[in-house]
Amino acid sequence: MNINLTMIGQAIAFFIFVVFCMKYVWPPIMAALQERQKKIADGLAASDRAARDLELAQEKSAQELREAKQQASALIEQANKRANQIVEASKEDARKEGQKLIEQAKAEIEQERNQARDALRAEVAAIAVTGAEKILETSVDASKHNEMLDKLAAEL
Amino acid sequence: MAGSASEYIQHHLQNLTYGKLPAGYERADGTVIEEATWTLAHNGQEASDMGFWALHLDSLGWAIGLGALFLFIFRLAAKRATSDQPGGLQNFVEVMIEFVDNSVKETFHGKNKVIAPLSLTIFCWVFLMNLMDLVPVDFLPQLFHAMGLEYMKVVPTTDVNVTLGMSLSVFALIIYYSLKVKGVGGFVGELTLHPFSSDNLFLKILLVPVNLLLEGVSLIAKPISLALRLFGNLYAGELIFILIALLPLWAQWTLSVPWAIFHILVITLQAFIFMMLTIVYLSMAHEDNH
Repeated sequence: MNINLTMIGQAIAFFIFVVFCMKYVWPPIMAALQERQKKIADGLAASDRAARDLELAQEKSAQELREAKQQASALIEQANKRANQIVEASKEDARKEGQKLIEQAKAEIEQERNQARDALRAEVAAIAVTGAEKILETSVDASKHNEMLDKLAAEL
Repeated sequence: MAGSASEYIQHHLQNLTYGKLPAGYERADGTVIEEATWTLAHNGQEASDMGFWALHLDSLGWAIGLGALFLFIFRLAAKRATSDQPGGLQNFVEVMIEFVDNSVKETFHGKNKVIAPLSLTIFCWVFLMNLMDLVPVDFLPQLFHAMGLEYMKVVPTTDVNVTLGMSLSVFALIIYYSLKVKGVGGFVGELTLHPFSSDNLFLKILLVPVNLLLEGVSLIAKPISLALRLFGNLYAGELIFILIALLPLWAQWTLSVPWAIFHILVITLQAFIFMMLTIVYLSMAHEDNH
């Protein structure tokens, strides 16, 4: 238990160590700690922000989906309407075409009937004339009896 | 056996002392020195005859070595300190620093850049010096004996000079901050006008010596108790290890192992107490509420 210079030596060493620790050990580690604290806080804030952004984006996408669906259904409706119209129109066309064809056929038939009737008429007139000649045993002057023959033909 | 046992104990408790012997001093081997010389003491008597002008080379050497080790490790971590993912060393150092920083912040509320690093230095350094107590008591002394050094006391904190050196440094800081924060008048007032005070001026003056005595004693008691508490605990622990080492070899572990395990608690606790009391004393020095 001798009190001696060791005490002073220890005090000097203590002083030097504390100064060294204060200058070269404490500040860099403290700075690193604080910087990491700040980084973590920033990271947490960023993740919060990202979560909020995600929520917004989800909302937006849902809305857009809804709009797209609406648009699509509108388009389908329009298309259906248009298709109906086209079907209707083509039906109408077909009907008209058929009508026209029928009328044409009818007209042709009428024409042919008239032609046949005319031919028949002429032939009947000729036969009648021939018959009359036979009956009268003289020739009938066609030109003289044309009027009478025409009248006859018209009656047939 | 009794004589050799006490010799063994005394040998273990003797520091390696380098000091100044006065002229005409008769040394242990019978030679007489003609002039005052600086030399290594050859026994306890010579060491104490050297008086104040002597150095305990072992205490000082181990203390400085351990302090340098602490600073080397922490400086290494500080150089590589990164705010990204920390490595193992940085983790350890950060844990220590946060522990000390929290202890300081809980107790000391002012602004002072010295106290936290001071506390870290005290805690780690005292802990390392105490830790030397767990090295088997004969191991290092035998090693140094083989190298030609007669005495080697490896636990610096079992040397009262070491603990006093630290506590008196703390005491100097207490005085410095007391004067800085409170001013000379405030500090003197704190020493003389409390705890007994009076509105009567005459009575007040009469009470000054009483207060000065009380406050002076409590002020002086701070460094003394700080030093002696650490010294006493470690000295006692070391002594018990030495006593256990006197047992027959096969029986030693039955006592030394439990004592060493218990001592792990003691050395940490004593380092912590030294640090905490330093913080408390310095925060009291900063308080200006009288």
